[in-house]
Amino acid sequence: MTANLQLTGHRDQLFNETVRQKLDSWISKYPPGQAQSAVIPALHILQDAHQGWLSEGLMRALAEYLDIPAISVFEVATFYTMFELNPVGQHKISVCTNISCQLCGSEEIASYLQKKLGIGFGQTTADGKFTLKEVECLGACVGAPMLLLDRDYHEHLTPEKIDTLLGGVK
Amino acid sequence: MMQQNQVCFRTMHLDQPWSMEAYRSVGGYEVLEKILHEKTRQESIIETIKNSALRGRGGAGFPTGLKWSFMPRRMPGDKYIVCNSDEGEPGTCKDRDILRYNPHQLIEGMIIAGYTIGAQRGYNYIRGEFFEPIERFEQALTEAREAGYLGKNILGSGFNFELHTHPGAGAYICGEETALLESLEGKKGQPRYKPPFPAGYGLYGRPTTINNTETLASVPVILQHGADWFHELGTPNNGGQKIFCMTGHVNKPGNYEVPLGMPFAELLELAGGVRHGHKLKAVIPGGSSTPVVPADVMMQTAMSYDGIGKAGSMLGAGSVIVMDETTCMVKALERIAYFYYEESCGQCTPCREGTGWLYRVIKRIENGEGRQEDLDRLVDVANNINGNTICALGDAAAAPVISFIKHFREEFQYHIDHQRCLVAEPELKLNYG
Ligand SMILES: Cc1cc2nc3c(=O)[nH]c(=O)nc-3n(C[C@H](O)[C@H](O)[C@H](O)COP(=O)(O)O)c2cc1C
Ligand code: SF4
Ligand code: FES
Repeated sequence: MTANLQLTGHRDQLFNETVRQKLDSWISKYPPGQAQSAVIPALHILQDAHQGWLSEGLMRALAEYLDIPAISVFEVATFYTMFELNPVGQHKISVCTNISCQLCGSEEIASYLQKKLGIGFGQTTADGKFTLKEVECLGACVGAPMLLLDRDYHEHLTPEKIDTLLGGVK
Repeated sequence: MMQQNQVCFRTMHLDQPWSMEAYRSVGGYEVLEKILHEKTRQESIIETIKNSALRGRGGAGFPTGLKWSFMPRRMPGDKYIVCNSDEGEPGTCKDRDILRYNPHQLIEGMIIAGYTIGAQRGYNYIRGEFFEPIERFEQALTEAREAGYLGKNILGSGFNFELHTHPGAGAYICGEETALLESLEGKKGQPRYKPPFPAGYGLYGRPTTINNTETLASVPVILQHGADWFHELGTPNNGGQKIFCMTGHVNKPGNYEVPLGMPFAELLELAGGVRHGHKLKAVIPGGSSTPVVPADVMMQTAMSYDGIGKAGSMLGAGSVIVMDETTCMVKALERIAYFYYEESCGQCTPCREGTGWLYRVIKRIENGEGRQEDLDRLVDVANNINGNTICALGDAAAAPVISFIKHFREEFQYHIDHQRCLVAEPELKLNYG
């Protein structure tokens, strides 16, 4: 996790090679001197590479890498809901309960999931497998009710679909 | 027989509609090639877009040609074209399908826009949860680059243009254009004061044009078939076809690209009518921030900017939320109010405090703890937010409250008087339709 980070101040020593390459490719998409623009994509990359959440050490290292104040990274990480500042389960389930989904039964879907997993919104199952979140409209309202499991949308949900879906998760 | 899918969904009937091959088969990139080859005058492109009566598809409906004309296009130095694919307005899910099924048309539209406003760089800000659409768009970018449509000296024309994706990370407010620019600069998404407008002071302080995905993706088709063709697809002052996201209590929810001005009754029929043969109660025609319209008015309304305006609401992003007779309006409004409270960026006091207040009071009415004075207070608070904030999220939070209470006051009053719902059996069963 973050223990392998040595904050020696040398850019090359921050992050592993693969992560560095990805970060550099993002930085190159912005004009010279605008590396801060890469903060959001960079936080996504780091979160993906570190069990789905961002430790303070990671964020500090990123600030150093981009040569911007640490507070600029913290501000962004705390503003956007996709960033996790505490450990999460192996898989993240985000259920939309906004209006179009609500009209199509997202409340039932939400309570079915809560019962099935034995946790409430914002919690992680005891085995560390799933974190369940309630989210705002995910832009898939014609498929209501829907959820996001890791990187994939699942639409027109029914309890049966959820059983199949969760049953298939390793 | 009315034809659907004439503009942004024109590849939809093809195999792998997102491929370069599919896009070329409908004439894709021909317009760009012609413009670069003939060195078409920027003014003449702006004229065509103006004459087409294309209006912004992101919510405000601002005429696109006019917006482009504000750019200081001959001013030296960096200028930017930014596409707004943040798609966060509840009820809206059309840009996702443009990105997934016709990404090349958006790319062509952005290159042409860049050429027209004098920008050499563009960004497509796509909401972070859109993993699949981002991947599709990225792949299309690679294909476009390989075909020589992006980069330096495109097709030997001397025109340089770079285009990149920028992912969001979950914040509705970043759909507001200046918050989006802040976010693109790597900051919190907090809206800027306007003026200055982005055409003068935009991304990195440079002149910038921001348009919605559907707006930009409409551009190549307009230039291919002409301003009149596009204008006549719709009605005067409301040019083209528009994607309507039909959601809620309809039998066939989906995205329908149809002529602007189509009667709502016809659109509802396309979407299979109201589920279970129920009666229509109300419609939110343009996304959760547009005023709700009662069924009888809606059934007489034409689906255009002007038509929906006459019905007392707005076309917004074309996000049509349909509610049948089983819908509890208090509960629906509670969910909407919660959304704005949750998504307020907190910069302005009327919005930060007001949205929290609105939510808490509606919630207590819904929970049977409402007080007699609550309805008037709600309207007061909403009116105090209206027009007193930095960005339009404040107005967006106020409009549903004012319109729900205006049209369904007796339902709210019943909740307060009887501590329960007027809708006999609040049926929130799954819509298997
Ligand atoms: C709170 C808020 C959220 C918005 N969200 C979006 C959005 O998700 N997508 C969008 O295109 N426009 C959104 N807009 C409108 C944009 O500010 C802007 O008007 C639009 O992108 C301009 O493009 P257009 O002229 O092509 O419509 C939002 C506005 C506000 C106030
Ligand atoms: S109106 Fe609300 S969302 Fe908009 S800037 Fe003010 S506090 Fe932020
Ligand atoms: S309301 Fe659930 S995806 Fe839009």
